Amino acid sequence: MKISSPFHKKIEQQEDVSSELFKASRRDFLKIGGVLAGGLVLGVSFFSCNDKGKKVASLAPNVYLTINADGEVIIVAHRSEMGTGIRTGLPLIIADELGADWSRVRIVQAEGDEKKYGDQNTDGSYSVRMFYKPMREAGAAARYMLIQAAAKEWNVAADECDTENGQVVHKASGKSTPFGDLVAAASALEVPKPEQLKLKDRSQFKMIGHDTPIFDLHDIVTGKAVFGIDADVENTKVAVIKHCPVVGGKIKSFDDAKAKAIPGVLKVIPIKGGDNPPTVHKPLSGVAVIAENTWAAIKGRDALEVEWDLGPNATYDSAKELEELAEKIKHSGTVRRKRGEFSKARSGAKKVIEHTYLAPHLAHATIEPPSALAVIKNSSCEVWACTQNPQGARDAVAEALGMDAAKVRVNVTLLGGGFGRKSKPDFIVEAALLAKESGLPVRVQWTREDDLHHDFHHSLSAQRIVATIDADNKLSGWSHHIAYPSIGSTFDAKVVQPSDGELGLGATDFPYNVPNIQIETYDCVSHMRIGWLRSVRNIPQAFAIQTMLDEVAAARGMDAVANALDLLGEDRNITFNEELINGKYPNYNEDIAVYPWNTSRMKRVIERVAKEAGWGKKMPAGSGLGFAAHRSFLTYVACIVEVNVDSNNRITIPNVHYAIDCGVAVNTDRIRSQFEGGAQFSTSIALKSAITVKNGAVEQNNFDTYQIIRMPESPKQIHVHIIDSEEKPTGVGEPPVPPFTPALCNAIFAATGKRIYKLPVDLTTA
Amino acid sequence: MSKYSIQINGKTHEVDVMEDMPLLWVLRDVLGMKGTKFGCGMAQCGACTVHLDDVAIRSCSVPVSAVGKGKVTTIEGLSENGDHPLQQAWEKHVVPQCGYCQTGQIMNAAALLKRNPKPSEEQIEQAMQGNLCRCGTYNRIKQAIITAAGGSNVILNKADQ
Ligand code: FES
Ligand code: FES
Repeated sequence: MKISSPFHKKIEQQEDVSSELFKASRRDFLKIGGVLAGGLVLGVSFFSCNDKGKKVASLAPNVYLTINADGEVIIVAHRSEMGTGIRTGLPLIIADELGADWSRVRIVQAEGDEKKYGDQNTDGSYSVRMFYKPMREAGAAARYMLIQAAAKEWNVAADECDTENGQVVHKASGKSTPFGDLVAAASALEVPKPEQLKLKDRSQFKMIGHDTPIFDLHDIVTGKAVFGIDADVENTKVAVIKHCPVVGGKIKSFDDAKAKAIPGVLKVIPIKGGDNPPTVHKPLSGVAVIAENTWAAIKGRDALEVEWDLGPNATYDSAKELEELAEKIKHSGTVRRKRGEFSKARSGAKKVIEHTYLAPHLAHATIEPPSALAVIKNSSCEVWACTQNPQGARDAVAEALGMDAAKVRVNVTLLGGGFGRKSKPDFIVEAALLAKESGLPVRVQWTREDDLHHDFHHSLSAQRIVATIDADNKLSGWSHHIAYPSIGSTFDAKVVQPSDGELGLGATDFPYNVPNIQIETYDCVSHMRIGWLRSVRNIPQAFAIQTMLDEVAAARGMDAVANALDLLGEDRNITFNEELINGKYPNYNEDIAVYPWNTSRMKRVIERVAKEAGWGKKMPAGSGLGFAAHRSFLTYVACIVEVNVDSNNRITIPNVHYAIDCGVAVNTDRIRSQFEGGAQFSTSIALKSAITVKNGAVEQNNFDTYQIIRMPESPKQIHVHIIDSEEKPTGVGEPPVPPFTPALCNAIFAATGKRIYKLPVDLTTA
Repeated sequence: MSKYSIQINGKTHEVDVMEDMPLLWVLRDVLGMKGTKFGCGMAQCGACTVHLDDVAIRSCSVPVSAVGKGKVTTIEGLSENGDHPLQQAWEKHVVPQCGYCQTGQIMNAAALLKRNPKPSEEQIEQAMQGNLCRCGTYNRIKQAIITAAGGSNVILNKADQ
């Protein structure tokens, strides 16, 4: 199977759950040489269709790019658009390197085919990091060929020519020819090798490093954009499914008489769910109602009578679980990182600060609930879905149908939000199974209740941190105890400890200069489908670490920014591996030598944010500033939140400042929008959202009880300061989330004197 | 099943559906007008917002039988060429992220400006609080509404570099 979390590489390879993913994709794709090697070169002239469907001659030096004789430039977006702007961001890199006229660019979405396009699993803030260079090469290859063709025609040296605005130009003679007119000649040339390409200097970029509006903007504001829920073919029927309320439960019996009596209901079909755990590529047990329209299907579902065998998770109670984990972490666990001797630091300490940090389960709650359409014809299957991982969906559908993956085509619609939920193809497999069973084109529609109940939830967590301060006022010891069910448990029930990948999301890569560090973890059996939510374990881990550091600063009599700069110490690259016990720091699946943890980059964003936010200024009563800094997904972020708390404990957030170093900035407008949205997403986590489970079933049904932030409570002004950086570009989808919540909690302390140890914030009990 | 004759975007549509079918599903499933979205089905998120006689309603919670002779306007009929001042302002400020909630946001904002052409920031917040955006585009929405209302261009999200 090609489905997995990017954080579970090790487990999956050991257990052979999804070793394929890392064999054929991600880094290997780049290792074999990107777009110009590894079978991704077409290097041929062929005919392509223009936007009016007419056949025209074209130049297609690689799978991402086609230039038509009429001047149209067609760029393939092979990663999924869920709101990050990647469907614009990667194509604009190609266009900029090519020297295209952006108004003549048409973007087409790739179907799921990793052999052809390279990795398509859109998560882990990977897209720009992984494809910046391949996209540049894709554009540069076409540019090279067009220039060669023009130079030959003009009888001038190729290096005197350039491209701009969709033309090849020769400055000395003033000659210029549009790309379209060069297609025939250029396509007769050989596709250049990577070493023949001269990539542009940063100063030559017209789009990279600037603001470009998203490609789908007009379609979105006019209601024409097509999301998963909008997918439609002739005669499409709608399926709504009654899922077993408890993970791993099964159908005992069901009565569909009342459901079938509802006008418009066509068929009722049971779905056999996966085992316990059901993994991500198998559906949950359920009974599906297929109807002429969504309303009939919903009513049919409500009328179903199902008796469940609820299975082994039917006693799960999340409140009790959190209490038990909080108890467990008081004792010693499995040591995962060790530096010096913490016990000595503790016995010699002048001050000891110790706290427990609790955080709940969360749901992704994309405003578009999962939805997928499947059609089976001539023993092949075609799917339209809002998926982050089309190749994974393709493999999962093929397996479920017993079909060769070559016979399955997965088309990717726009995603009405993703945040990690839509990288799991369970709902797509449901559509395929129902299409097969019913012989009808079926679009599965999850309701909000389905989405909150049957998500791959972000897991609850309990942590305890002990910080010691010595006689010299130095932070001498740091002991961090961590308990939560691992994401690996969703793939394999035997996994009961957090993986190196999960701990490496902020905990084991604790970068501060503390002589004695010990990090311990605990066994924890999962009773849910645990998934990954925008920035994953960084959320609770940064919350605990960064709020504790605020207390450390106070205990040392320092302000939080000065404390952080002091603890980061001298400029250097940190590697963590030598201190990890039987483990390795995955560094977001990148070589730590290539993408080091660099203290000076972190200090630079801290200094910048402090300056921009006016850190240290006197705040009126009831107001306060809070600070946190966190590196995730290789991007460095510092954040200062301003908060006001009134006498009724009403929290408002007038200002947020972020300073970020994400290497070379590609689309600055979308970088800002990711940070604006990340602050809002994190506000929900800090102040609003919690999933609780009783008797194995989620208690929240809809947005009335699972709350996310609304406009009046949202941060008012979000200022994003992007460091001008020459470093390799890294992602921005997830990095805004982790530092915001602790910065907000620290601001609440500054405003009220109340420390926050439990999420979401409740000032009446804090 | 019952027959209804409903006015949508200036045209009359005849439909034969269950009387309790929410307007949302009549629009989406029966008439194929998919700009109006489904997010919660119980008037909690605003993704399904349309106008009934110029007032914003949550179409997921209004049965077709309650529409009567009222004039329904959806995102498809808000403007002929997609150039309503709000749509233009939305493009100017590049409001959408995933875009899914945005048609509901625009319809809700359009109803607001109809009854209050110059809303204050606080009035905007109150009027828009029924529309959720999980991507977190609230500040740009606010800015776009202020722009469309011809108001001062308060910079709510400062672009600094
Ligand atoms: S779908 Fe109607 S308010 Fe959410
Ligand atoms: S733009 Fe994605 S939910 Fe609003």
